[in-house]
Amino acid sequence: MKDIPIKTMRDVLIEQIYQKMFDDEMIFFLSADLGSPVLDKVREKFEERFINVGIAEQNLINLSTGLAFEGYTVYAYALAPFITMRAYEQLRVNLSLSAELMDLNVNLIGVGAGLSYDVSGPTHHCIEDIIIMRALPNFITISPSDSKIAESLIDYTIDVKKPKYIRLDAKPLAQIYDKTENFNLENGFCELIKGEKICLVATGNMTHNALNASKRLQENKINVGVLDMIILKPVREELLFNFLKKYECIITIEEGFINKGGLDSLISDVLNKYQLGIRLEKLGFDDKYVFDLGGRNHLHKINNLDEESIIKIVKENLNGF
Amino acid sequence: MKNAGQDNTKLFDFFRQKALWVRQETLKIHRHAPETRLASSLSDVEIFTVLYYGDILKFDPKDIHWENRDRFIISKGHGAISLYPILADLGFFDKRELERVCDKDSFLGGIPDPKIPGFETINGSLGHGLGVACGISIALKRKNSNSKVFVLLGDGELFEGSVWEAILFASHHRLDNLIVIIDNNKISMLDYCKNIIDLGSLEDKFKGFNWNTKTVDGHDVEKLYMAITNFENDGRDQPKVIIANTIKGKGVPQLEKDVLCHVKSLKENEVDDILRDLK
Repeated sequence: MKDIPIKTMRDVLIEQIYQKMFDDEMIFFLSADLGSPVLDKVREKFEERFINVGIAEQNLINLSTGLAFEGYTVYAYALAPFITMRAYEQLRVNLSLSAELMDLNVNLIGVGAGLSYDVSGPTHHCIEDIIIMRALPNFITISPSDSKIAESLIDYTIDVKKPKYIRLDAKPLAQIYDKTENFNLENGFCELIKGEKICLVATGNMTHNALNASKRLQENKINVGVLDMIILKPVREELLFNFLKKYECIITIEEGFINKGGLDSLISDVLNKYQLGIRLEKLGFDDKYVFDLGGRNHLHKINNLDEESIIKIVKENLNGF
Repeated sequence: MKNAGQDNTKLFDFFRQKALWVRQETLKIHRHAPETRLASSLSDVEIFTVLYYGDILKFDPKDIHWENRDRFIISKGHGAISLYPILADLGFFDKRELERVCDKDSFLGGIPDPKIPGFETINGSLGHGLGVACGISIALKRKNSNSKVFVLLGDGELFEGSVWEAILFASHHRLDNLIVIIDNNKISMLDYCKNIIDLGSLEDKFKGFNWNTKTVDGHDVEKLYMAITNFENDGRDQPKVIIANTIKGKGVPQLEKDVLCHVKSLKENEVDDILRDLK
């Protein structure tokens, strides 16, 4: 970890958007009554291109579509569970379907990936989004793991004229990436640690648990890889396969449901496609919601997503070789 | 008002002739593709006719994305078969396309989409059009464009909650370049709307939401034309709505009297009989 002040991903991304709005008059920012410290600057400076649509996610997406039809670049900002699930049919009909026929640049910024809003309970948890957003053709799903990546998304969100879902953790996360200049975002992933035999494949907040587990394992001379999945759709499968093929076991880690089409399925599909005899372990939530309280770390612990659990599962798998 | 004065008599006769032709062509389309929603496509014939032949909508069939066109969002997508003949007649596409609706390699389906020249949006799922139109309206204002956004809604469509999110939004943001026409045919799929959830007075509702509101007979081309053109010249900074009272299945007696007409298809010989008698 670099010793740099920690910022939320939403604030660094919105700061970038704010800066772009000075020169690029084609940018609109719409919010479903969700704020942020940096967003206050956008609201004040660009009153004509900031719209608070109220607590109305369906209309948020419909309005964004209309603006995008007219060539505008739109950022639509709301809580992750609501922008994806409350407005899913609007995403499907007006963005996913329409984008098959025309350019549409709508960037959904969903705040609160996974268990970000731990104590708010299951309505505010967002553990289905990867699954359902992967089902929509023409949508790009981006799941950054630190503010450096979030910051680097700005040009991509403007240049790539497709609907995108950017799922952001609500909490400030430690910085993983030193600089992203040499990093090709469109590859969609980054092998943070090259390991032997076992690779942890994670996304968003879970990349941090994977990294921490890997570092502690290194202290015991156990060298596991860590791969950060940033773009969850589309996936450069062949490229990803080239990174995965050197391992004997992949452990996917996500703050989401498993066995339903999420990160685990994405990796499983790649392994199946290239018929690799690589073992796959999946960490995430089984087919039930999380009503428990006690903080995010506790929720990780009881669902095998904390460092200790990951270390234990790595060791169990090593014993299997 | 456009075409003010006595000349309008000719214009209204022209509308009536065109509306009759549109109804005939719509029936022929339905005869070829019986899965198309006929009744819903007959209540809005005069609305389409007046908008397209009355020099109200601005469009250019040779440049369908012309920046200065008016945007027309047909939110009740099922009821748009009757727009196909008009678009073909005006040169958006070849009239021969009307003979192969829903066929292999045809771009004219049971519910329209932007693959069809002249259609702006994906339609078919109800409750989306007005919100999208509000986004377009904001965009046009931002561009200082004089273009307007027209939206056709069904009254049954008003059961969708997302429509009311957009109704609230439009008046708050004073979207005076937005003109909504409600094809108020009073029948949803299974029953009269008033028996499902009574919408009550639409005029009162829209007035309550601070919309500029008018109610007209949606089959009377003269009143429709006057209402829309008067609206165009109305300077109030409100979104506008015309509640067009219509008859679902208009022109086809067996549909007009059938509450389930939305899902009724006519047999070939029935269409032939209607075509013979249609005035």
